[in-house]
Amino acid sequence: MTKNWPLWEVFIRAKNGLSHRHAGSVHAADAKMALEAARDTYTRRMEGVSLWVVPSAAIVASDPGDAAELFEPAADKVYRHPTFYVIPEGVKNI
Amino acid sequence: MYTTELKDKNQAPQSAAVVEDPARLEAFEARVAADDFIEPKDWMPEAYRKTLVRQISQHAHSEIVGMLPEGNWITRAPNLRRKAILLAKVQDEGGHGLYLYAAAETLGTSREEMIDALHSGRAKYSTIFNYPTLTWADIGAIGWLVDGAAIMNQVPLQRTSYGPYARAMVRICKEESFHQRQGYEIMTALAAGTDAQKRMAQDALNRWWWPSIMMFGPPDENSPNTAQSIRWRIKRETNDELRQKFIDVTVPQAEAIGLTVPDPDLTWNEARGSYDYGAIDWDEFYAVVRGEGPVAKERMQARVKAWEEGAWVREAAAAHAAKHQAREAAE
Ligand SMILES: [Fe+2]
Ligand SMILES: [Fe+2]
Repeated sequence: MTKNWPLWEVFIRAKNGLSHRHAGSVHAADAKMALEAARDTYTRRMEGVSLWVVPSAAIVASDPGDAAELFEPAADKVYRHPTFYVIPEGVKNI
Repeated sequence: MYTTELKDKNQAPQSAAVVEDPARLEAFEARVAADDFIEPKDWMPEAYRKTLVRQISQHAHSEIVGMLPEGNWITRAPNLRRKAILLAKVQDEGGHGLYLYAAAETLGTSREEMIDALHSGRAKYSTIFNYPTLTWADIGAIGWLVDGAAIMNQVPLQRTSYGPYARAMVRICKEESFHQRQGYEIMTALAAGTDAQKRMAQDALNRWWWPSIMMFGPPDENSPNTAQSIRWRIKRETNDELRQKFIDVTVPQAEAIGLTVPDPDLTWNEARGSYDYGAIDWDEFYAVVRGEGPVAKERMQARVKAWEEGAWVREAAAAHAAKHQAREAAE
């Protein structure tokens, strides 16, 4: 039995002007085959105008265990949001 | 179908053999209860992971094996329009299987393990695909009833607690409704045709009705793991709830095209706002789960044959990739 082909992550640009978005994954022996498989698997109904395939092994992901130290510091910086500021009543266009 | 645990009746229910860290377990339960999604790298109890691997891989196998009864009608579809439609549907089912295998792989199982489990007979798949497709009307009945039952099952799964499974279900549900409509259209055309065509449609409904409502799995009092799966938001509705919903929407569809659901006990229950239905032959269901379905052997033979005959393609692709890699490395 041949070994599992490597896994590739598939990203689709739905239309020009939008960024590529993760759609799923495929197994394929090489990049060309990964693109063909991604096309057949994820774009049978005009879901996109462009595809990226990336070897899954090349993706570096953050650890959910680090989520607190990575993302929580932003929680007490409410002054980064416009709603933090008090604007006198009646003032417009700001 | 697909979402019920298909196990032999005598198999013990899953036990919490692994002792989990109570603090983590509690945090997990709270997240799930709050309808948060669990993602692949998140901590999860072993029993949750196992249940998901089993359910998602069974679901994937069902999509893949489900291509077989329909695939053998592609060359016999009555015209080019029907042929193109059936080809597209069967291709979709292949896609569904792939989305689901990929979702299961995020839980740490491999494609090879799953395929091996299917081919060696260790893995279960939906009982419905072990019934034969005798006439063209069967293709209509499958689209209408089998895909209809699948939709009933899959729609709530778009909110299942495991993120990759939920996302796969969103894609699948988008594609599924044409499957049901094309089947119903086949039945509508036959039911409005000659006497022989109408008989053919009725005969297909007669044969597919009971197996279709069995697809939702054993009655609730006989599915010991349902409560746990619902608590973990893996399942969102019980087998009997889904079965009732399916019957309630499908009976009027049969009536609308002049076909009769083959259940003499079927009656509208005004008080419940639902149909009461006759007793289901659960012995038949469990026999099919055990692998005694009328065409179970043929299905697995066809599946294994396709896999083995494709071996040279997989080997050639791997050799080609290796050669190119070596060439690139030398440059
Ligand atoms: Fe499907
Ligand atoms: Fe389908």
